[in-house]
Parts: sequence; C-alpha cells; structure tokens
Amino acid sequence: MKYRLLSVAAAAAMAMGHVHAAGVKIGFVTTLTTGGAVIGKDMENAVNLAMEHLGGKAGNVPLEVVFADDGFKPEVGKQSTDRLVKQDNVDFVAGYIWSHVLLASRKSVLDADKFLISANAGPSPMAGKLCHPNFFSTSWQNDQTPMALGEVLNQKGVKSVYIMAPNYAAGKDMVAGVERTFKGKVLGKDLTKWGADAQLDFSAELAKARDSGAEALFVFYPGAAAGAFAKQYHQAGLTKSLPLYSVFTIDAISLPKLQDAKFESVLGSRTTQEWDPSLDNAANKRFVSDFKKKYGHYPSYYGAQSYDAIMLIASAVKATGGNMADKDAVRKALKSANYDSVRGKYTYGNNNFPIQNFYLREVVKDSDGVWTTKVVDTVYRNHQDSYAAECEMK
Amino acid sequence: MDAALFIMQVLNGLQLGLLLFLVASGLTLVFGIMDFVNLAHASLYMVGAMICASVTFVVDSFLWAIVIALPLTALVGWAVERFVARKLYARDHLDQVLATFGLILVLGTSAHLIWGPQGIAVPLPEWLRGQVTLSETLILPRYRLLIIGAGLSAAGGLFWLVNYTRLGMLIRAGASNRRMASALGVNIEFLFSVVFALGAALAGLAGMLITPITEASLGMGNSIIITAFVVIIVGGIGSMKGAFIAAMLIGMIDTLGRAFLDGFFALFMSLEAAENSAPAVSAMLIYIIMAVVLAFKPAGLFPPKVR
Repeated sequence: MKYRLLSVAAAAAMAMGHVHAAGVKIGFVTTLTTGGAVIGKDMENAVNLAMEHLGGKAGNVPLEVVFADDGFKPEVGKQSTDRLVKQDNVDFVAGYIWSHVLLASRKSVLDADKFLISANAGPSPMAGKLCHPNFFSTSWQNDQTPMALGEVLNQKGVKSVYIMAPNYAAGKDMVAGVERTFKGKVLGKDLTKWGADAQLDFSAELAKARDSGAEALFVFYPGAAAGAFAKQYHQAGLTKSLPLYSVFTIDAISLPKLQDAKFESVLGSRTTQEWDPSLDNAANKRFVSDFKKKYGHYPSYYGAQSYDAIMLIASAVKATGGNMADKDAVRKALKSANYDSVRGKYTYGNNNFPIQNFYLREVVKDSDGVWTTKVVDTVYRNHQDSYAAECEMK
Repeated sequence: MDAALFIMQVLNGLQLGLLLFLVASGLTLVFGIMDFVNLAHASLYMVGAMICASVTFVVDSFLWAIVIALPLTALVGWAVERFVARKLYARDHLDQVLATFGLILVLGTSAHLIWGPQGIAVPLPEWLRGQVTLSETLILPRYRLLIIGAGLSAAGGLFWLVNYTRLGMLIRAGASNRRMASALGVNIEFLFSVVFALGAALAGLAGMLITPITEASLGMGNSIIITAFVVIIVGGIGSMKGAFIAAMLIGMIDTLGRAFLDGFFALFMSLEAAENSAPAVSAMLIYIIMAVVLAFKPAGLFPPKVR
C-alpha cells in the first residue's frame, strides 16, 4: 500500500516535472531588503513590466521569473544564486546590482552550465580574465561610464579633481575608469565603507575635499547613498566652489527624494550613462510611458537594463524554440543581441559586454514639473571596454 | 595639516560621538539596569526616524515633527517592553538575543510594509540649510551645529535626570541592586517601562537628527548598532558616564581616522599603498581600540561600582 502510494506520488512528480520542462525559468537576483532595495524594487518592477509586454511568453514558450534577494551581501547573494540553480533549476540567472555580489555568485551559475546575465554590475575581472561564453551583460563594464565622464571633464577644461567612492569592487573600477581618461590631476581620494552597514555620513570626506583645493569633485554613490551624499554636499555649501561630477548617483532613484527635500541646485547637473528616458526609439518610448503609467514614476537605468535582460533572454528562447539543451544555439542567439533594446541597437564584443554609445545627460524638469534627465550630448559612439583584450574568447 | 581643517574634523567627530551617545545611552540603561540585551534597539532608531519623516510631511515642519515623533517613539518602546521584553527578563541572554533579533525582523518588515523599501528624504527649514562661516576656511553646515547643540542638551538633560531627580535615583537604585530596590517598595515594573521608553526616545532622537543628513531608511539601524555596542563595551556596561566618554572617543577616532589616516600612512609608505590601506584600517580602528581597552580593562573604562 505504502509503496503504491509512493510510486503514484513519484509518477505525479515526474509528470509535473515534465510540464515544467516545457517552459523556461529565469532566476532574478537583486536587492530586496536593506537600503539597496530602492534599486531592487525598480528592477523588479521593470522585469514585471517586461513579462507583461511579452505576455509571459517568448514565441510560444512560457517564461517564468523567480526573484531572489541578495541582502546587499556577497555571501547571501551566492546562497540565493545556489538555491535558484539547484532547487528551482532555472535556465538563466539574471540581475545583480552589485559587482562584489556578482563576483561571488558567478561560479554557481557558470559551473552548472547555466546562463548568467548581468543587468547592472560589470566588474573588470569578468570583462577580462574571467570572461565566459555563458555570461552576458545588458549594462556596461564598470569603467566605461566614468571614462566617459573623464572625457567630459577634459572638454570642460577641469584641471584637478577630488574623488570619492565606496570601497568595493565597482567603486575601485569607477575610480580606475575616470583616472584612465581624465588628463588633469587627482588631488585626493577617499574610499568609504560600503555594504549593509555602509558609511552615509560624509562630513570628514567633504571637509577634506574642500581643503584639497581641487576644481571639481567626482563621486560614485549608487542607491540610497546618493541622496545622502547629494544632501550633505549641498548642506556643506560646496555647489559653487567645488562643482559635482558624478556617475550612477544623480538618477531616477535619487531625484524624487532630492525633489522632495527641495534641493533645487541639483537641476542642471550632468552625468554620463548608456541609457536615458529621453532616448528616441520605439522600444524605449513604450517602456518609459508604460512604466510611468504602471508605477507612477520614471524608470532608472537599473530598470531599463533589467527590462533589456528579460527581452534578451526572451529573444534567445524564441530563436531556439525553448530548447535549452542546445547550449550552442542559445549562446549564438544571445550573442546576436537580436532584440529591440531600449538603449537602441548595440552589439556584443568578444567578452560578451555591449559595444554601445555613452551619453551626457542633464537634470531637468519635465513638462509636469518632475525632475528627470535628458540627453544633451553623445560622448562615446560604439565604445568597447578596456578589458576586452584580456579576455581569451574571440 | 592646517588648523581649520582639523577644527572642522573635530566638530565632525563631536557630532558623530553625540549621535552615538544618544543610541548607546538607551542601550546601556536597558542592559545595565534590566540586564536585558536588546539587539532591536537599532530598530527603534529606525522607527523614530521613519515616524519623524512621515510627520514632517503632515505638519510641514521638521522641528515640530521631532516634538511629535518623540513621544510616539517612546510609546513604541513602551509597547516593546510591555509585550516582548517583560516576558524575557528572567530568561538568559541567549533567549533575549534570539527574541530581540526576531523583533528586528518584525519591526523591519512592518516598516517595509508601512513605508515601502525606498527611504524618506526630509526637507530642512530654510534657516537650517545654509552654512556658518567662522573664518575664510572654516565653513560649517548650520544643521551640523544644530545636531551638536541638540545632542549636548539631550546628554545634559539625561545627566540631570539620572543624578538629580527622584526618578534618576530610582533608576540608579535599580541599576545597583534590583532586588533590594524592589524590596524597598519601588515599583520595578513601572521603572523598567519608563527606562525602556526613555531609551527608545533617545535612540529615536538620534535617528531623527541624522535623517536630514542621510535619510530615513529601512537598514539605517545596521550601521549604528554595532558601533553603539562597541561604545557601551568600551565605556563599561551600565555606566552613563562611560557611555558618554566612550561615545566621544569612538566618534573622534572614527572621524579623525577617516580624515587623516591616509596622510599619516603616506609619511612612511607609497601614496598608492597609503590610499589602499587607509580605508581598510580606518574601518577597523574602533574595533582595535575596543580590543586594546578590553585587554587592559576587561570591564570597560568606567564599570559601574556595584553590580
């Protein structure tokens, strides 16, 4: 009796397993708790919107997304990734805001011969020596955006800067990026504590920056830290004496809060990015207007890149008819980037990072008085990252 | 190094120290008097900040919001004492750690449900936004001076309360010998409720004061609670004076370490090595101090006399 029950259960389980195999599962790792959750929420929203636009299907293959939290910590991110790969048996793992989390999690996905899609983090090792045929990015390599900003500084004739960034993999990449292209002098540098207990009071660093006599301040403070940094920068009265140039700091995540707190002087400030809500293409218009309709605010580039990650995966699933066993075909489909990216058309380099444009964007008021950004210039056309040569893939 | 920069960094250190003291004083009161380990103290810091931020948008004044949010935060503290902590006084520390860790999750998730994952930014009134120019090179944000002022008055008020009032006398009696105080007819249950609510209000005040600088956000307690524990351990658990001096010490060391360590390292190593090692060492500095203090004075700098 007992055995019969067991065998029935086993048969039922097998049948269910079979039904599952027909669809494709995507694991999505992002930060859903701690201060980093503001970014994670934006990505989650964008993924849900992408699924809605796809009707939950790629061609006629059903897609399913499983979200997992990294808790802003590499070890938690790795555990979540392991769970997605082993228990949920997903075919793709996408997401990852933080470079240190992605670096800790990559082996769990790649060793299991699954596909890994970064929707944000672009740590330099993964573009160079650790590049992998199953890893693709829908964002950028970390150095690229600050490199574009370094060019902007040169164009403006800035002779010296002071640098502040968080002390983790991406923070160091950002500093390396701006130092690579900026021709003037770096008069000082602070790397501050980062993670779930990140340092958010920058009084000591701002006092040093003022004292350094630099002409400009370069910072990288993503997520919740951005609002904190921007406020203290304004409270310290540095807007005139030490103009701010930032990457991944003044964005759709921090602007609503800066507007709430009435920091008018942030209007007109400029940053570099590979995407902007004002980019003029059909996919982007649909994405931005539907996102605003559904969630009531502008999407951030985190959201745009997450939307693209799902669309990229969907394009590959559609091209292969959902046959995940044929890894070569999936790789080939991913590599062709044959989908309507919200940043416009781009191609993949040998290291599977996008070769794409970088824009200069300015903070403006839109027609409804909401603070957002718009493109004012193109800094780089079809730019490839500096680590591609270190990657052994051809 | 020039004098203006040094003075500025000392004031920054003072500000951090005072905020730490506000959090640590409640922690040390509760730990010292009730022998109760409250990991969830940081959640009260967060709850205070969240309440204050929400109220700011209702009454349209940050200062009034503080006045309204303080008793509300004390009320949350009182509820925590009444419904969670009170049942745990007789249990050992491990049970208390477990329960209050659970409380962190409960309060964190409740705050997530009420306020959402995004932090709340708080606008400052116009007169607090500018800077005070003391000399050509010495320019301070006005609001930072307000924090220093508010922190000093709260510390002074607490000192007066504990040393010169009847309630303070009862608190000290409870800290010295709970059973004896109870035998003499002091209503210990009531006293504990008051102390817990007071600790919550102080932690909440620290949270409220930091909000216009950073923001009110879910994880904000994480960054301060570990440092606050370092403060009460260095100061001697249960000692107000110890908490104050240790908070100043830790605040100064942390700030000055961040400010001057790379320059100091550059004296005897390459600039690049100094720039790379200074952030790591300055993040460890307070723990190194704690280890040194504990090596020489295992009970902290100012252990309460009678335990």
